[in-house]
Amino acid sequence: MTIGFVMLVHEALNRAEQVARHWAGRGCPVVIHVDKRVARGEYAAFAKALSEFDNVEFSTRHRCEWGTWSLVQATLSGTRQMLRQFPEVRHVYLASGSCLPLRPVEELVAYLEKRPQTDFIESVTTEDVPWTVGGLDEERFTLRFPFSWKKHRKLFDAYVGLQRRIGFKRRIPDGLVPHMGSQWWCLTRQTLTAIFDDPAFDEYVRYFRRVWIPDESFFQTMVRLYSTNIESRSLTLSKFDFQGKPHIFYDDHMQLLRRSDCFVARKIWPYADKLYDGLLSDEGAITTGAEPNPGKIDRIFSKAVERRTKGRPGLYMQSRFPNDDWENGKTCAQYSVFQGFAELFEDFETWLERNVNVRAHGHLFAPERVEFSGRAAVFSGALTDSAAIRDYNPRAFLTNLIWNTRGERQAFQFGPRDNQAINWFMAKDPNAKISVISGAWAVPLFHSNKDFSVIRKAAARQQKIESEFLSILRSPWVKARVRIWTMADFIEAPMEPLQVIIDEIGARATNRLTAAPRMVPLQGFGQFLQNLKNQGMHPYLMGDFTTGATIQNRHQAEKPYLVK
Amino acid sequence: MADRTAEIRPGDILVFSTLRNERVRLPYFLRYYRNMGVNHFLIVDNDSDDGSGDYLRQQKDVSLWRAGASYKRARFGVDWLNWLQGKYAHGHWSLVVDPDEFLIYPFCDTRPLRALTDWLDASSIRSFGAMLVDMYPKGPLDARPYRAGEDPFQIASWFDSGNYMIRKNNKFGNLWIQGGPRMRAFFADNPERAPALNKIPLVKWHRSFTYVSSTHMLLPRGLNRVYDEWGGEKASGCLLHAKFLDTFSAKAKEELERRQHYANSHEYRAYHAHLRDNPDLWCKWSEKFINWRQLEILGLMSKGNWA
Repeated sequence: MTIGFVMLVHEALNRAEQVARHWAGRGCPVVIHVDKRVARGEYAAFAKALSEFDNVEFSTRHRCEWGTWSLVQATLSGTRQMLRQFPEVRHVYLASGSCLPLRPVEELVAYLEKRPQTDFIESVTTEDVPWTVGGLDEERFTLRFPFSWKKHRKLFDAYVGLQRRIGFKRRIPDGLVPHMGSQWWCLTRQTLTAIFDDPAFDEYVRYFRRVWIPDESFFQTMVRLYSTNIESRSLTLSKFDFQGKPHIFYDDHMQLLRRSDCFVARKIWPYADKLYDGLLSDEGAITTGAEPNPGKIDRIFSKAVERRTKGRPGLYMQSRFPNDDWENGKTCAQYSVFQGFAELFEDFETWLERNVNVRAHGHLFAPERVEFSGRAAVFSGALTDSAAIRDYNPRAFLTNLIWNTRGERQAFQFGPRDNQAINWFMAKDPNAKISVISGAWAVPLFHSNKDFSVIRKAAARQQKIESEFLSILRSPWVKARVRIWTMADFIEAPMEPLQVIIDEIGARATNRLTAAPRMVPLQGFGQFLQNLKNQGMHPYLMGDFTTGATIQNRHQAEKPYLVK
Repeated sequence: MADRTAEIRPGDILVFSTLRNERVRLPYFLRYYRNMGVNHFLIVDNDSDDGSGDYLRQQKDVSLWRAGASYKRARFGVDWLNWLQGKYAHGHWSLVVDPDEFLIYPFCDTRPLRALTDWLDASSIRSFGAMLVDMYPKGPLDARPYRAGEDPFQIASWFDSGNYMIRKNNKFGNLWIQGGPRMRAFFADNPERAPALNKIPLVKWHRSFTYVSSTHMLLPRGLNRVYDEWGGEKASGCLLHAKFLDTFSAKAKEELERRQHYANSHEYRAYHAHLRDNPDLWCKWSEKFINWRQLEILGLMSKGNWA
């Protein structure tokens, strides 16, 4: 007993010829259906090239159109001819002209020899089919499809829509339970003849003639009536992308294909010389006797689909530029934003880098320049410290920075002096961890020694800007992790919030914090605020500082905090 | 001048190019694209006097036209190429590149260009984006002279990996990309004038198509949609730009004198001024080019769903 191949061919006839030779030369009969659209001369040359084999035959030619009954018709005539002409054939294997055997045909024969009654055909009920494209699964069987999907898409869609609206439904013949699956099957003579000899066969054919994509459902449904032993999987390795078109194999898939232990793969790119030469030669044959295992190939192709549909989060580039809120990750990693910390602590950046695994920048959005960590002129990805470039597209600047430093947590200072164009973006970004000591912007003004009228103006402006930022951070659209303290509250007990921040980023050591950053001197800050009030301004974001009162941490500022 | 277009067969992949005095670049340029599987080159020579024309005329797969009319008047060569493409590229995959632009696409080290165009055809995709990536040497541009036939990226092997800024052009629906070493070094105070890096060089041409300005954007607008807006990644490539070689200063000077470029050649004036003071584009964060996979990992290009 042996296996016979029915091949459906419509292009790359030279490759189909190679494969047919391979099978026929190893004792497996081949019946070839050549699409009627192939020019007569080309067909004649093809047939002549294979005429030396008496186990190669050509079946009646049909004009095949994707998605229509013609493909099943071609399959039917090829299969019938196979069963009629080659009585030694027990399994019929349906293949296409772009299929390529991966393992020696003897192995396939031996494999089927051990499973003489088994029908290999992917056959799944419509409810369980995850792969249909365009939303047509159940409806493939209950609507009518008189218009070509490829040539008259609009008519096709309109007619489907119309039938849905008026509630039209075709009757499915009694006894049939619609099943679908890959069109590439391997069925036994017993099952095939039972299907063909069914007294109701003609009725079924009449029904399936008007089903959408019957090549994925005719045999898949019919075997359920007669097969005693269905293995619902295809022996042909064939993967589909998100548009429902088959993935193509190239020379660089050689190792992957070999290791898959599948018997046949499609579709092969017709110019993949190395695949054809390597896999059709006997030297290349590896006899493993293993079960087909397409797992690795599955993973590669499902990753490709995922890249096409979801993409890499936080990446903005020439072929991925998502609309707002479709980013699937506005940035690619978590980052920390500190407002008021560098104003209150003298060495906040270095303290932060010492205590946690983080790259601590200064004010990245400062008006003068980008204050990269260590005040470098250029940073990761060749970002520059030019404020003009950054302000030209602040959002791109930030997303680039986070993308370029993948694997290294970034932190930076922010404040009311900085470019605010980025504030909504950060607030809506779940990756942003924003900590604010409100009112701390007043500390540098307090130390600035500038003309008081200048200070008063700057204070009023910065307070306004910070309060706008705070109201954004308190809006219901915020996705960032936000922490806000007034300056008064913060300096009351700074260790606790600092510990929280350190824990969130991930401390370098497991111990609790022992040293706080050094706080700037604040003697007279209360009076400074009072002076602002006396000038008619109302500084409120820093919380309550009593005039003249000694700031509590005055002497503690000189020595580190010790906790427990 | 040398019309071999009768030899173009259906399905051939065509390269279109305009050039002026690029003799030294031509041998490697032609070899690079021949190896990729390009079948025919259609080149407009803009009045070269360095032997470019003679050299090209001898190439069996090159059709050559000579144009004396001003480059500026012909909208930077676009008009010439649009006309040639309309006449010869209809129904072909057409790649429009300058002699210093080298296409990199996913799997280009193992799959010929036809594998890509076949896949694009099968996926009903008509245009393929490839952003310009400016390459530069480490050290002064003229430290190592470029010799004919040499791989320019042996010298200019560095690039900026992550300083590109993207905006959408709502009029034509394309992305507008700026950045890289040119923005960093020449336009740090004036970024909006930095040159556009977005390119759509590979198109299954139809005679009704038109490039609007260089290969940055096309009409009809749908061809500019080489990017996904819903989070996914479409397949894309890069055009490695071998502009910054020792030949650059001479070129910049010449172009400045000819004043043929866009907006009174402000771009060339910026280069000229800058390179006099600091001729090194390299910085400590520059990335050395390895292969397309590196560009993919860095996020400059994507395999999309091609696997």
